[in-house]
Amino acid sequence: MNEYTLPILYGVAAGVLTRLYLLRTDYRQYPTYLHGRTIHIALGAIAAGLGTVAVPAIMEKEFAAITFLALAASQFRDVRNMERNTLNELDQYELVPRGKTYIEGIAIVFEGRNYLVIFVSFLSTLFYLVWNIGAALVATAIGLIAARRFMSGSRLKDIADVQYVKPHFEGVGLYVDNIYIMNIGLPARREEILRYGMGFILTPKNFNARTTIANLGQRQAILHDVSTALGIYRDSGTPALVPLAKRDLNDGRVGIFILPQVEDVEKAKAVIENVPVLESAIRMPKKRRWKRKGGSGDDA
Amino acid sequence: MTHEKMILAVIAMDGGRVAGGAPIFICQTKEEMERVAANLEAILDGIAHELAEGLLVIVKH
Repeated sequence: MNEYTLPILYGVAAGVLTRLYLLRTDYRQYPTYLHGRTIHIALGAIAAGLGTVAVPAIMEKEFAAITFLALAASQFRDVRNMERNTLNELDQYELVPRGKTYIEGIAIVFEGRNYLVIFVSFLSTLFYLVWNIGAALVATAIGLIAARRFMSGSRLKDIADVQYVKPHFEGVGLYVDNIYIMNIGLPARREEILRYGMGFILTPKNFNARTTIANLGQRQAILHDVSTALGIYRDSGTPALVPLAKRDLNDGRVGIFILPQVEDVEKAKAVIENVPVLESAIRMPKKRRWKRKGGSGDDA
Repeated sequence: MTHEKMILAVIAMDGGRVAGGAPIFICQTKEEMERVAANLEAILDGIAHELAEGLLVIVKH
């Protein structure tokens, strides 16, 4: 036992606590896997250790020791790779795949959360050593709140209005409102689709949102989330029964066609509204500064 | 070479209207066409699309 033992223990505990707090099982069904969970807690503990030990290292003027934080960064990039690979493998056997954009989003989150753990551990130990355990508790609480805020991005309902529309056929063409979805050749399939299918129209709230919901990865994420939450009327060998999202080229609305097992329009609507807006799908064309007429090119 | 989408089979009522590389199935009635298409859909894991009256294609997506 020396003067650093308790602060270090406290810092590691605070970091692991943060990781556990951020590691929740939700409707995305991940990480439900027990071993996946073990891996993340273990890596969280390592991240907490790294963040914590940095503080005494600085105080002892062991600046060389700080360089191992760089090592940590490459370590956690591997976490991202691991997540990406695992989910890509599993995705091949999903009835409705997550899609690469969603997977990348999840992988980024896993990497990012480890850095949040380092941050919380660092602050907690620093406050403990500079002041006392009371200050450290406050720092941990603030860190947890900050981590929580970083964790939750926006939801689809923030950028688009969702409206239920019953799908219909015009000849062999399946339509949701006036958006063409696909050509179904067999009358038996058409009957199934009319019986089980549901249509939703996403109306973007502004021009940025229009580009974001046009992203194919974002649309696949919506289909995956609805199919996970409400089940799917589909099997291998029935490729015609496939949920799809198509776009109205004129005004950027997106027509969502799904085949849920639970026929509850309100639930389906709520699920769609709560689909996360994927980081890598967000586009902000309105942030561009356009060259003024006759101006000299303020066109970054 | 892998094809992202391709026509796996053609089911038609009038043999004179179709030709080409994919297997062609000629059927006498609309019901027979639907039965054959439903079977092929399941076997080939493709989707049956109707191009015109009496002309179906099975497409792998």
